[in-house]
Formats: sequence, structure tokens, C-alpha cells
Amino acid sequence: MSDLASAFDGEPALVSYIAAGDPSAEQTKEYVHALVEGGSDVIELGLPFSEPIAEGPTIQRAVKRALDAGMTPERYLDLVRELREEGVEVPLVCMTYYNLLLQHGQASRSDDDRASAAGCDARASPEAFVADAADAGIDGFVIPDLPVDEADDLKAACDEHGLDLVFIVAPTTTDDRLERMLSKASGFVYVQGRMGTTGARDDVSEDAHGSLDRLRKSTIPKAVGFGISAGEHAREIVAGGADGIIVGSAFVDLIAEHAADGTAAERLREKARELKDGAVAGAKETPESQST
Amino acid sequence: MSQKTFGDYGGQYVPEALMPALTELEDAYQRYVLENEDGFVDEFEERLRDFGGRPTPLQRADNLSERYGFDVYLKREDLVHGGAHKLNNALGQALLAKYMGKERVIAETGAGQHGTATAMACASLDLDCEIYMGRTDINRQRPNVYRMRIHGADVNPVDIGSGTLKEATNEAMRDWSRTVEDTHYVIGSVVGPHPFPTMVRDFQSVISEEAREQFRAQVGRLPEAVIACAGGGSNTMGAFHHFVDDEDVDLYAVEAGGSGLGVDNEESYAPNSASLGTGTEGVLHGARTKLLQTPEGQIVESHSVSAGLDYAGVGPELAYLVDEGRVTPVNVDDDAALNAFHRLATREGIIPALESSHALAYLEEYAEQRSAEHASGDAPRAGPVMVNVSGRGDKDLDTVIEESTERDIANAPDMEVYQ
Repeated sequence: MSDLASAFDGEPALVSYIAAGDPSAEQTKEYVHALVEGGSDVIELGLPFSEPIAEGPTIQRAVKRALDAGMTPERYLDLVRELREEGVEVPLVCMTYYNLLLQHGQASRSDDDRASAAGCDARASPEAFVADAADAGIDGFVIPDLPVDEADDLKAACDEHGLDLVFIVAPTTTDDRLERMLSKASGFVYVQGRMGTTGARDDVSEDAHGSLDRLRKSTIPKAVGFGISAGEHAREIVAGGADGIIVGSAFVDLIAEHAADGTAAERLREKARELKDGAVAGAKETPESQST
Repeated sequence: MSQKTFGDYGGQYVPEALMPALTELEDAYQRYVLENEDGFVDEFEERLRDFGGRPTPLQRADNLSERYGFDVYLKREDLVHGGAHKLNNALGQALLAKYMGKERVIAETGAGQHGTATAMACASLDLDCEIYMGRTDINRQRPNVYRMRIHGADVNPVDIGSGTLKEATNEAMRDWSRTVEDTHYVIGSVVGPHPFPTMVRDFQSVISEEAREQFRAQVGRLPEAVIACAGGGSNTMGAFHHFVDDEDVDLYAVEAGGSGLGVDNEESYAPNSASLGTGTEGVLHGARTKLLQTPEGQIVESHSVSAGLDYAGVGPELAYLVDEGRVTPVNVDDDAALNAFHRLATREGIIPALESSHALAYLEEYAEQRSAEHASGDAPRAGPVMVNVSGRGDKDLDTVIEESTERDIANAPDMEVYQ
């Protein structure tokens, strides 16, 4: 098993998302280093897919920039390898959509073979991608279009290669679904803080607190995402019982605005520091910390 | 319970936030549509008749029959209210939304036919309606935007990407993941997560249910073949469904060959929409099915002169029936479709939709096969053939005028004298 869960030991964890290749692979590496220096405990590195149905406008545009700049699954795996070679030690989680996992490793077969194999052979499988991702240095997956009911193939591949599969708990998730997810989840659970798509917001939704209450008895680390953009949100979420926070659009906004003027990395470092400090402050307000 | 997968195809590949809504919809589909709870089916059939104009005729096309040397029958879905088969599904789902107590309906639309049908259904059922439509499609289908607005629907432009059906569908799914509690998403074809492919097929299967009875009553036998165009595949599955168990009835799904087959991986573009015949297995918009994609798995922009066929995916049940050998996928290119459009207008006095023109165009190739069978002395096919005229082509006139001139389509009228 990877050390994804251990990133949540001690202080509350900051999970930072950016889209690989936005606006270039070289800049992504610089930004990952900056996010780690700013206190990120996990990097969620987006592998761009042409149809990002769970994303709001900010990340949709980032994904498009990355695709236009030539990011592919192969280059993504190279990028992960290079980050490891450059000394990045925090867990790296691959956030993408299921179709890219299914196609990987089939590219060498001709289109005719694939067309005829689609019906007759075994069905398309994510195994090849998981194997290559593990080899490159990925620790786990978040796949927003893969609910627990469809996740058996990926779960088996992750188990085989020692990777974690992170499930998303939505405000609408029913209790029986939550139980099924918890029985299969490892690493951490991704608590979707509000309905809808990703994107920075100005406040913290009540939905986050409701989900955290439902998860209180579970021992798996709980990280809240969707809408967190400031240290104050981070403080409030962690004070409400989260073990970590997931931030994406707030970072991606900085990249969109400042990649060109060369200040993006510095701003990412500062933003990460603000969020991490907020999370640490929140941890001191939890009922657990005050009773000890 | 209803069928969740077709072989390996189908399933529910959607964000977790939508899963409870799909479960709720499965339950409503089971109770109202399959078990007629609260008289849903009775009301649906009554509205299809009085509002929708069903049943539609099965008409012998006398002049085409003479041309080909066998009986050609047209299933006249172009005569459904709104001008296309789309209302069968839109009315069914809007009524279901009402039975489920949803106050708001959303839909995606490409050419605007499904959006228009949904807007009509919502107006008649007094439901709030919002349609997502790509900016490119809005610009090339302005009359349909106006039609939706007339019926009181809001049309939300989608600017990202190529601004066509694929992006509109993405955006409708994003809306639904915010609003599932009071909103029903009326998917316009037999695509998407379970139960949509099955449910939309059931609403559209009235086409083959009627046609089968009409063949028995009017012709005294079942057709030799059923030919329908296939984009997402809702008119296709509707026209095929009640014939699937009739093993002697050949089923042809005619895809848009566009301006050429294959995928340009560098440009992430396919100059066609032939996912059934040339696509590969993958996951898009909630289902595992056949897709036009790059080897890496990025979904490509598709092309067809007919906006309604212009989609990189296809319904999972159709993909399955193709793999099983029950449905034969074929394709005709843009020019052949335009020719068929003019042929039906000239010879039969019917303006077909450009989508339906693909099915009509395949008659040429099909007739050649049959005459080759006659020539070779094999036991030739002798029975009548049904073509599903899924919609009327008035909406396509601007495109047809432009494209016919540009491509120098032989049987298009000469308009030069009026310049």
C-alpha cells in the first residue's frame, strides 16, 4: 500500500490540485515544487481529459490549455517520473476520467484490431495504466466519473499494484452507498463539500459539515474539497472535523492569471502556505484538541 | 428490474452526486413506465395521440418502389408534432418528471430538435425548461433557438470547446449535478447512464410497435429489412426494437460517413460520425459504448452535414446489437445524403431531415445488393423494406441550399436563374 493515508498523520493535510501541462509540462514541475514548499502534503495531479464533466469553468479551461499544449497520458507519466527524480516525495494522486485509463496500452494495436476486439475479447481494462502509473510513482487515483458500483476493475488493479483508490462522497450520497464506498476506499475519502462542479467559492457550504458528521465514526482520513479558496475556509473545514482539505481551482486561477508574468510559482507557494496555516489553526479548535 | 448493461456496454459512469438521482429515476421508470402506476402509460399514450399526432402512417413510397424494383415503405415520423420522432421521448420524460414531482427540466440539444421537442412538451405540461446548446449550434440553428424561446424555454449557450452537442451534454450533466433534487435531465437519445438508454428506447419503441402492426395489417407480412439512420441512436432503437426478435428482418443502422472515414489523431477530429462501424470501446457521458476517440482516449470532434448525427458516441444497446451481429452498421457520406434528400423531395413530395436522408441514401446500395443477388441466381431477397423517416427537413433548408450549391449535387434544383 502507498503512504497516502500517512500524509494525514499529525497535522491536517493540504491536498493541492493542478492540471498537468497547464500551461506546459515544465511549468507544472515548477508549480508542484512550489506547492510542496508551501506546505502541500499531497499533490493531486490532473491528467487532462477532453470531457471533464465534473469540473467548473476554471478547471475546464486549464484542461483545455493543457490539451492544446500537447499533454498526453504518456507525457503525464514521464512528468511524474521526472518529479520523482527531482526529489518530490509527497504522495502524488492521479485525478482523471475513466476513459483514459481504459485506452492506455491499447494504442499499439491497430484500429481494426481494437474495433473487432471490442466485442469479442475481454473488455477494456484499466490495468495497464495502473501498472505504468505505479511504476512512474503515482500513489493513488481519484476518478470523478467512476462511482463505487463501476469501480471493481480499477480497485482490483490498484490492489494488485499497491495503489489507493479514493472515492468521492457527495452531499447526496445515501447511507448504503457510503458504507459500500468505505468498504473499498483506501488512502482517504474525498468529501465533496457542495453540490455541482469544482470551483473556488467565497464561503463554506453546510453540506461539508453534514458529510463530516456522517463520516465521524470512520477511521479513514477525510479531506474536503469543492469550493475552498482561502485560509479561513480551511480553518473552518478542519475545525468541523476534516483531516485535510483539497484545493484546486484557487491554484488554477493563479496559474491562469500569472503563468505569463512569471510570478505564478511564488503565488502558489504563498496560497498553499495560507491554506495550510488555516488548516493547522482549525485543528486547534476541534473538540478533540480542546479536550486534551 | 430494467436492464443496466448490454454485454459489457452501458452502466453508470457518472459523478457520485448523480447516483441517487439515477436510482430515483430507475425506480420511477420501473413504477410508472413499466408498471403503469397511477395510469402513467395511459396518459402518455393519450398525449402522444392528441398532442403528438400518433400513430404515424406507414406509407408505400410508390415512385421509390418503382425505382428500386421492390416495395419501399416509409415510417412517417416526420409527421409527429414538432417534425421529428424526438417528441416521443421528450414527452415521455417530461411527463415522467411531472409524475416524479420535479419542477424543472433541463436538456441538451445539438441541432435543436430535441431541445424544441422538450420545450414543447414542457409548455404543454407546465414545467420550467432550460436547454443547453453549444454556441456553434446556436449560430447555425437560429430558427430552432427561436422555437424553444417561443415555448418559454431558456436557452443557455455553451461557449467552451467546439460549442456543439458534446459540450452541451457536458454542461447539462454539470447543471444536473448541482440541481438533482428538483430537476430532471431529459437526455435526448438512447445514450447516457442507465436507465436512460433503456427508458428512451422504450419511449421511442412506439415507432416499431406501430410499424410491425401496420406491416401485418397493410402488407400482410413483416419487412425484409428496416433501415434507420444512427447518430446517438434513438430513432434507430425505436425503429428496431420490436423487430429485434424477428430474426428474418434485417436491421441496418446508417451512420454519417461525412466526408471520409477514420480519425485524425493529430487534430483530434473525425470527418464522420461512424462510431458504430468504426469506433472503439470506451466511456463517455455515463456509458461504456463505441466511441470516436484518439488512441489515448481523448474524444474527438465528429462531423456530419446533418447536425443531428454529429456525435462521437452511440447508444450502448446499439453497440451491443452490432457486436452480436444483429444490427448491421453501414454508412453513407454527406453527398449521398444530400442526393437522397432531393430524391425524396422530388419523387415523393416529402422533405426528409438530413438525418433521415442518410437512411434513404442507403437504399441505393441496398438495391444494388439485391439486384446482384438476382443476377447471381442466389435466392434473392424479395420482401418490402421499411425506411424510418425520423424527421422532416424544413429545418435543414438553409444547410441544404448552401451545401447543394457548394458540392454541385446533381439532383438539386438549379436556382441560378433566380439570383
